Amino acid sequence: MSGSGDGAVFARVVTPHLPAAYRLALWMLRDKAAAEDVVQDAAERAFRHIGTFRGDNACAWVLRIVRNQALETLAKSRPTAELDDELQDNAPLADAALFRAEGETVLHAALASLPTALRECLVMRELEEMSYRDIAEIVGVPVGTVMSRLWRARQLLMVQTEALRA
Amino acid sequence: MIDDPCASMHLLIQADHDGELDAAEAARVAAHLQTCPACTAQAAALRRLSAQLRAELRPVVLPLRLQATAARLAAPPRLAPWRMMQRQAPGFAVGLALAACLALVVVPRRPADLADEAVTAHIRALQPGHLIDVISTDKHTVKPWFNGRLDYSPPVQDFTGVGFPLRGGRLDYFAGRPVAVLIYGRAKHVIDVTVWPGAAAPARDGTTNGYNYLSWSRDGMVFWAVSDLNKTELREFAALWH
Repeated sequence: MSGSGDGAVFARVVTPHLPAAYRLALWMLRDKAAAEDVVQDAAERAFRHIGTFRGDNACAWVLRIVRNQALETLAKSRPTAELDDELQDNAPLADAALFRAEGETVLHAALASLPTALRECLVMRELEEMSYRDIAEIVGVPVGTVMSRLWRARQLLMVQTEALRA
Repeated sequence: MIDDPCASMHLLIQADHDGELDAAEAARVAAHLQTCPACTAQAAALRRLSAQLRAELRPVVLPLRLQATAARLAAPPRLAPWRMMQRQAPGFAVGLALAACLALVVVPRRPADLADEAVTAHIRALQPGHLIDVISTDKHTVKPWFNGRLDYSPPVQDFTGVGFPLRGGRLDYFAGRPVAVLIYGRAKHVIDVTVWPGAAAPARDGTTNGYNYLSWSRDGMVFWAVSDLNKTELREFAALWH
């Protein structure tokens, strides 16, 4: 159904989830301009493929498109090996202090320092309140992996915020 | 991390926190928490972290460019006047002649009437699975749910005491922007109240396709209520907001 689009379906299926899409892109890329570009492209792609949406879970459908688009952008900006590393849940932590831009909170910096694999799961769970099953489907891992990633992400976040506050 | 004899409970406690457990499993976690201060502290820490993450990091305003893209993609396709002429008259001379006539006829389309839009949105929402995004009868749950999902905070009121219980809320797209819709019940009827910030507009009321609608403005917000409820009761409901 490429090339066809239905504005009314787009307004119902995609538009309500654009804030979630933007938040996910923002946290995956840690860059506002790049996140905006990713969501822009993802919205166009969703519009072109709106006919393939099967009507059960719009949020998961939209976020999957955004995540794929974000991964493409990440892949362009760094060597494959480095990206593969970042997508492991045991990737090393970045230095949280580096992400603490002016006016940003300790929590913001701590979240930014998490490995991408942990960060994306946590953002979908905490900010979008998605179910384990939906997150597992979007990321393409078993539910058990989502659970252990969330646990690790939360423990690291608690440790990091403590460290930054100290 | 330190060795913890309750490590096997951690993912369960987390799943309980995330609302992923059934009643039996949740009861098992609750029983364990009663006897284990360390796990109780973990559960409390999870709650604090979630509350802080949501409060601090969820509010994000969708950049204007993305709002514009959404509006453009959602707009119904329109043929440019020139394309219409080409379709109707291949000959250039005829085209020119037609152009003169069409210039009088082809005016920019009137924006869709809000009443029609409100009723259509209501009917669409009544389709299975579309009615409510956040199910709650508690206005302190419904109102914060919109934080970060919209660039404004809609007023949420509960009228359970007078027979119009709050049932929840959802996001919709209305009058060219994302908006909050509050859902109320009246016996078996559903009332949708769409709220967004806007200049005071003349109040409207009427009936479309058997659905009654009422609109009013207050405190910088525009309200549209739509329901299959009879007019008298819908007016009663609207009066509660004033």
